[in-house]
Amino acid sequence: MTKYVCIVCGWVYDEAAGDPGHGIAPGTKWEDVPAAWSCPDCGVAKADFEMVAV
Amino acid sequence: MKKPVVIVGSGLAGVTVARELRKLDADKPVVIVSADDGGFYSKPSLSNALAAGKSPAQLLLTPRETLAMQLKAEIRPHARVTQLLPAERAIEIAGGRTPRLAPAGRIEYEQLVLALGAQPIRLPIEGDGAAGVLAVNNLADYAAFRARLEGKRRVAILGAGLIGCEFANDLRLAGFAVDVFDIAPQPLGRLLPPVTAAFFRQKLAAAGVCFHFVAGVVRIERDGETFRLTDNGGGGHAADIVLSAVGLKPETALARAAGLAVNRGIVTARSLATSDPRIFALGDCAEIEGMVLPFVMPIMAAARALAKTLAGTPTDVAYPAMPVVVKTPACPTAVCPPPAGSAGAWREEATADGVKALFEDAAGRPLGFALAGSPAAERQALGEQMPAWL
Repeated sequence: MTKYVCIVCGWVYDEAAGDPGHGIAPGTKWEDVPAAWSCPDCGVAKADFEMVAV
Repeated sequence: MKKPVVIVGSGLAGVTVARELRKLDADKPVVIVSADDGGFYSKPSLSNALAAGKSPAQLLLTPRETLAMQLKAEIRPHARVTQLLPAERAIEIAGGRTPRLAPAGRIEYEQLVLALGAQPIRLPIEGDGAAGVLAVNNLADYAAFRARLEGKRRVAILGAGLIGCEFANDLRLAGFAVDVFDIAPQPLGRLLPPVTAAFFRQKLAAAGVCFHFVAGVVRIERDGETFRLTDNGGGGHAADIVLSAVGLKPETALARAAGLAVNRGIVTARSLATSDPRIFALGDCAEIEGMVLPFVMPIMAAARALAKTLAGTPTDVAYPAMPVVVKTPACPTAVCPPPAGSAGAWREEATADGVKALFEDAAGRPLGFALAGSPAAERQALGEQMPAWL
């Protein structure tokens, strides 16, 4: 499982956790997150996330 | 050569305009003029960096050289804009003997973007300690604040608004003794209705934040290495560090001097154009259709619209309702203020785990909300039900 960080606010998308509040089930791979999804904290687009090494 | 888009300011607003513009136009020349060193950092992270275990150096997400490469932009660091010259479509930059300052000169623009930000409001306070009050408005301020915290224990915060409360929670989590002063009778006075505010206050107090309400600090004196604060009721308090977080004032001086329309902020239409059609403004310095919204989501929305306009497709900004998250782990909180001037009333439902407050019009339709404690998890779903702001 990989994590991606919002470059604006630092919110982390963890594939293991998903984003159930916005219809992204736990275990959803980053490439399967819809392009229209945005950072739940600050609203930046999916394209503005970067992979983080953990 | 084609004249560039010149962006004054390298905060979230300025950098996001450049980033969004690059998605639409790979070649248009862009110059970013920055008062600081021009690197990109997450400003919202300044008020929760202690708990996140981050040093000021770690908060710098993208150093200037990398950012310039990513954005294919020229970034001029440590440059102070002294004058806007709308008639000549140029700006002037200060020179100086300090090597850190960019050389004096002028830059001509095709279009100019003002992303100047805002400056901390300083309260008039008497006493020889008043000059020692800190404010944090950028990464350099924050680094100075963190350096001062070394070996200290007691922090006094002036202002129980969003930033004051976030810093208070973060400092408590790092083990500091924290006193927060505000002339208002409750925390987040402009955002939370009373029952929600009382819950929030109790949660932060339980986490060890010591609030002093209806208590403005009027005098600060130095007492050796520490400060002695006096509130408007005559009460005395000791602190090692005093942090002011009483609000921000849009940076409008350059625009005003250049004759642009200025009210609370630099006045723009929905197109983000100022009273000069080649000059645009967004972010904390701007008053867009009467709204000054110094928050991340409105800035991102404005930057996307402006990038389209700069790339050749005139685009008005649209604001959905945008809930603001208060980063206080002791009490998760989200607020979606009703549109300014809305008629209606708050209805607050309290449980043991939190408060859900809805601002409703006469017909019972929700126009805004405030959520504290476990109801804060509903913010996204509720936000989608709120009327758009613009």
